[in-house]
Amino acid sequence: MIKKIAITSENVDFLEKISKLSDQVITKCDQCGTCSGSCPMVGEMDITPAQLMRMVLLGQEEVMDSKAMWICASCFACTVRCPRGLDVSRVAEALRQITLRQAVDHIDLNDIPDCEMKRLPQIALVSAGRKFTG
Amino acid sequence: MKKIGVYICHCGGNISEVVDVKKVVAFAEKEADVALVRDHEHMCSETGQKLVMDDIAGHKLDKVVIAACSPQFQGPTFKATLEKAGLSPYVLEMANIREQCAWPHFDFPAEATEKAQGLARIAIAKARLDEPLTKKTFPIGKRVLVVGAGVAGIQASLDLADAGFDVHLVESKPSIGGKMLQLSRTFPTEDCAACILSPKMADVGANPNIHLWAYSEIEDIQGYLGNYKVTVRKKPTYVDPDKCTCCGECVDACPVAVPKELDEGLSTRKAIYLASPIAVPHSYVIDDKTCLGIFPLACGKCQDVCDPGAIDFDVYPESITFTVDTIVVGTGYEIFDATQKKVYGFGKYENVITALDMERMIVYASEGNPMRPMGKKIAFIQCVGSRDEQVKNEYCSRICCMYAVKLSQLVKRSDPKRDVYVFYTDLRAYGKGFEEYYKRGQAEGVKYIRGRPAELIEDPRTKKITLKVEDTLTRDIIESEFDLVVLSVGLRPHPGTERIANLLRLAKSPDGFLQEAHPKFRPVDTLTDGVFLAGTVQGPKDIPDTVAQASAASSRAIRLMNRGEYDVDPVMAFVHEASCDGCGLCVGQCPTNAISLASRGSNAGPSLSGKVAEINEALCKGCGSCIASCPKDALDLHCYTNDQLAEEIRAALAAKKGGDVRVLVFADDMTGYRLADNVGTAKMPYALDSRIIRVPSCCRITPKLMLQAFALGADGILLCESEAKSNPYPHSVSTIKSNLAKVKGILENEKIHRDRVRLVEFVTVMLGGFVKNINELSNFVRKLGPLSAEESGRLGQDMDKKLFG
Repeated sequence: MIKKIAITSENVDFLEKISKLSDQVITKCDQCGTCSGSCPMVGEMDITPAQLMRMVLLGQEEVMDSKAMWICASCFACTVRCPRGLDVSRVAEALRQITLRQAVDHIDLNDIPDCEMKRLPQIALVSAGRKFTG
Repeated sequence: MKKIGVYICHCGGNISEVVDVKKVVAFAEKEADVALVRDHEHMCSETGQKLVMDDIAGHKLDKVVIAACSPQFQGPTFKATLEKAGLSPYVLEMANIREQCAWPHFDFPAEATEKAQGLARIAIAKARLDEPLTKKTFPIGKRVLVVGAGVAGIQASLDLADAGFDVHLVESKPSIGGKMLQLSRTFPTEDCAACILSPKMADVGANPNIHLWAYSEIEDIQGYLGNYKVTVRKKPTYVDPDKCTCCGECVDACPVAVPKELDEGLSTRKAIYLASPIAVPHSYVIDDKTCLGIFPLACGKCQDVCDPGAIDFDVYPESITFTVDTIVVGTGYEIFDATQKKVYGFGKYENVITALDMERMIVYASEGNPMRPMGKKIAFIQCVGSRDEQVKNEYCSRICCMYAVKLSQLVKRSDPKRDVYVFYTDLRAYGKGFEEYYKRGQAEGVKYIRGRPAELIEDPRTKKITLKVEDTLTRDIIESEFDLVVLSVGLRPHPGTERIANLLRLAKSPDGFLQEAHPKFRPVDTLTDGVFLAGTVQGPKDIPDTVAQASAASSRAIRLMNRGEYDVDPVMAFVHEASCDGCGLCVGQCPTNAISLASRGSNAGPSLSGKVAEINEALCKGCGSCIASCPKDALDLHCYTNDQLAEEIRAALAAKKGGDVRVLVFADDMTGYRLADNVGTAKMPYALDSRIIRVPSCCRITPKLMLQAFALGADGILLCESEAKSNPYPHSVSTIKSNLAKVKGILENEKIHRDRVRLVEFVTVMLGGFVKNINELSNFVRKLGPLSAEESGRLGQDMDKKLFG
């Protein structure tokens, strides 16, 4: 089914909020797709990084329901290659912040079995704690 | 007895709906030397102009003041009116009561009327001292230097030579022709590039009015419009073109093989070679960097086989000097160095090539002599080195879309089984026939995919290239293998331009290409008189645009030279010889070297050295920066004399009431004054206690004039100048800063706040900034309070001693 989207002032509010949080001029995005092509995690994502930028630019708050920003590994490949000099990973971080500020725990570190705990790199635990706990 | 006619314009309500014109008339009538005052609905209309002309004749007016719109707007109209009536156009003064009064102060009619009276008073004060000057005329010859013999240089040279002008065409390569020499076909018509270029090249070689200096570099250029002394260094070719029969025996004999420039290094040439099959001059050249026969003579095989004896190793570079009147710069571009875009692996992966490589491959393939296989699956990547902040090139190179449209369909057509893709971000088919040509490529099966490839990876075994990109239209990631990837590289300024730009003081735009004098109305002029730009030296463009610009540049050059003389405004420095003591402090101050010391001769004066400063009027640009350096007030500027500026300042401060403050704003002609007009046009209000005085450049406002202004009651001074990089007088900002430092030092010594005088650098669009700066200074001095009579008095004393010790 083809989705119909409306463009209202609420859309602009969302764009402005994300622009402010990320300190990026998101409207400069040219939709060239360099970020998507550069992303090592794009195969796991439901929308591409460029699509994420597009949805923010149009103020589509449904972007919050996508998994892409949570799969983003903050490797900055998109950021170092963006021809418009945009820091795409900061935009993903801004989207994460919106959810994180609601301070909901999605995982409990105590639930991770000891055998996993020993195997996981520390940085993975730190980043899981930051992304998935309030 | 001076007779000044004053005219106040209503401007169809634009002025009269805010300013009470009758009050301005009544005010002007009381001013000294004013013979008559009239007002009119539209001064610029034919009836308005006739009024002025009739009065000049009937009342024997010798000065005219028109209080109306900006002199930038209708100044030329009224100057012509005065000329028609037999007066010098330089006895016209305009009071800008529209852009700088009625419009910005529309909410304050009473104050605006008062300001309009003040502006009229300033104009009348200046008019009193106006001299009936005439335009200066200088002789000029018909000799032109054209730098660079690509398409632009060739076209400009032919146009000029055909019109009877004497052309010196200088090219650093052994053959003329430029980059077009390397191209296969041209878009959108697919003409064979060499076939349409070679007759033009032959015309250059055959034209008796063109002196071709091929394989030569510009060593030096000195001088000015009508008198540019050019030194060219001609590199030795070691082959006498008159004896060489182009038999080619030497090439077979030569043992040295090096990458061939014409083929972008995809093939080799010998150390002795013909630059191109259609080279002009059509003669062999020895590349002395790789030849084994030169210093020391280790080889010499070519010489042995040369029957006509055309080869001589014992020749040296020579310098040739000649004089020209104007210069056309057409030094072109170079392609973006794709190795900078590391993710594409150019230079590392053998199947990643540039579009220029592809041009050469197509030329060879169409001759039935393919250089290398092209493969069955080919990708073009657009915007390589263009529109990319990561490589510091933000601009669009304009030609890459269309050459990719061309190359992709040429390779597709030559083998329809080939799979050809073009990866683009935006496809710009803006020119005549471009969109149709793009459609033709699509119809022939070239596929366009919207996405900028992120990276290329070579399979080390098969050498095929895997390309990763998002199809931004379907939102899928494409990861696919190609036999050949072609990078549509952008254009960069040619490094050879740097030297010419420095010699001729040409400015660069932010993209690194040379800056035209005005982006709309002077697109091929530069701010250096008599120097014009043609082709890609000014910015990326295709062949027809380059040819059009080259013809425009030659026609602009012809416009200056054709009459045998040219006119300039008399806004030039002059010397009060009775005051000049020949100290020479001013000589080094002049950025165009227009001042020299001449012998005083029998004309006795206060000279210590028997010398007196002399201005070369062909070089003087009328900025006025020399004046501040003279401790004897011996230097001055026509149309903006010391006395005139002092009178304008006095008039601007005359109606200041006790306890009130007044800010003087000096605005340069190029930007500050225009900006003030633009602010007015936008109806943006600013402090009513400011008065704007027009100057060619704020470097004309000497420290002494600033001190005089404070002594006469100014409470703050704002200098509004074009920012250094777009200033017609590139040195002016630094001169102003040093003048300002002096004044600030003196203010501090007198315990007066140093920020009462300020400099702001502007570009013409900074409307908000202009208003902000005037208001800030006005609020600042209001807070400090007006200068006391005692403080002003102190500043006015011993000004020369304070400034020159």
